[in-house]
Amino acid sequence: MNKIVIENLTLQYSDGTESLHDISLDIVANATTVLFGPAGGGKSSLLRCLNRLNDLADVESVSGRIILDGENILDPNIDVIALRRKVGMVFARPVVLPFSIRGNLTYGLELAGEKRKSRHDEAIERSLKLAALWDEVHDRLDEPAIALSGGQQQRLCLARSLAQEPEVILLDEPTSGLDPISTAKVENALEELKKLYTVILVPHSVQQAARTSDFAAFFLQGKLIEYAPGTEIFTNPQNQRTEDYVTGRFG
Amino acid sequence: MNKILTKNRDLTQKLGFSLLTLMTLLTVIPIIGTVIYIIVQGAPAISWEFITGFPREGMREGGILPAIIGTFYLTLGTAVFSVPLGIAAAIYLSEYASENRLTRLIRLAIINLAGIPSVVYGLFGLGLFVLFLNFGTSILSASMTLSIMTLPVIISTTEEALRAVPQSFRTVSISLGGTRWQTIRRTVLPQALPGIITGVILGLERAAGETAPILFTGAAFFLPRLPHSPFDATMALPYHLFVISTQVPEMPIQIQYGTALVLLVFVLGMNVIATIIRSRARAKRQW
Repeated sequence: MNKIVIENLTLQYSDGTESLHDISLDIVANATTVLFGPAGGGKSSLLRCLNRLNDLADVESVSGRIILDGENILDPNIDVIALRRKVGMVFARPVVLPFSIRGNLTYGLELAGEKRKSRHDEAIERSLKLAALWDEVHDRLDEPAIALSGGQQQRLCLARSLAQEPEVILLDEPTSGLDPISTAKVENALEELKKLYTVILVPHSVQQAARTSDFAAFFLQGKLIEYAPGTEIFTNPQNQRTEDYVTGRFG
Repeated sequence: MNKILTKNRDLTQKLGFSLLTLMTLLTVIPIIGTVIYIIVQGAPAISWEFITGFPREGMREGGILPAIIGTFYLTLGTAVFSVPLGIAAAIYLSEYASENRLTRLIRLAIINLAGIPSVVYGLFGLGLFVLFLNFGTSILSASMTLSIMTLPVIISTTEEALRAVPQSFRTVSISLGGTRWQTIRRTVLPQALPGIITGVILGLERAAGETAPILFTGAAFFLPRLPHSPFDATMALPYHLFVISTQVPEMPIQIQYGTALVLLVFVLGMNVIATIIRSRARAKRQW
């Protein structure tokens, strides 16, 4: 089942940098879709369209449609706040807010006006377990989040998005700054997450793309070159440029 | 040959450092000298009666309570007007306004506002608050005049404190479904608060020590009682110091320096509080 349908998406920033040209892509629910390719290809820009975080950037023009559950999220009249609760995001560098671990996890709920402590506790336990962080921090939830290691911070950021029960999770190179053990923990967590959510991942390497993808889309200079199930694109790419990139001939 | 060159360089280096050290000392000495001189000259005048009593015998005896209380009221009044206005303006400029001709104009105005001589503020306050708005020579008029003078300091330090909060905090908060205001109130403001408080105190400290802006707007030569309402004129430490130093013949010198000492303690005290808040916040900062 398609969770998100992207139709002819074209995006241009005012300073002329990184943009998207006529992207059409169906994103399947309860699967991991990987957006990969060399830097500057438009992967992050596409991610930031999916929760309208691009509203904060200097966007010159956007055209096309992004249909999420039957609703065009590029429509200026949609409820952007509700969209962002539904589409969670994890950034490349872990950004923990300057609060306790608990404060980070309940931040989104508090923004939404949820004050009940029982709901907070429930969300904390559920999201930390999903992000494979519960065992490491459950007995020190009131310590400052900044005291955690980099890998723990990134899983906390993941848990923070999960705490508001999103339906789609966007991850922008979430393991780029992490050691292999932390990376494995995040990847394992993603494997569990896709049973519940639609996961869209910009990986930090082709290897990670191959490991984690159910579907993979190859982006080059703002264009979608090839889109196929992961098992096909990494073993039998149809496009020459995809093959060159996957086999390491450039990038 | 090389050795000689190195020696020369060492010598030049040493000379340069010595010169810089000397220059630094030269800037510090007058400050320390002034403070010590005022303490030595003023300390004998300080007594319980001096702090808590009213002036007597044409201000040549007694205390300076009305001036102390007056400066306290004026500082408080300045805070009431300038703090909310200044912080709100800074939030607007830093968090909401986009870079355009209007905001550049506003910033330019704020910078220039900081450069206006304080006596000009006094004249402006006389025209607007005392006469046009008919608040009279009062604490209200003087506080409002001091507020206008203090605003640029509060706005620019607050803006700086807000900008120092990492942009990534805002992005994360918004990506979690926060509105712009929720993001500011819950994440940005608490992190910027120590910087804001420091700026506010430094601004108010300047207001507390000013004479010219209150000269025409609220300061009284002599009052035998404490002010009862914001519409009363008041005595104030800096103006009182001016009066007893120039307007009253045969004024005992200790009372002059005693008054200067009290004003100095008042202002330096605020400075110390600002410094403590800043260093405590730096130690606790999590980014």
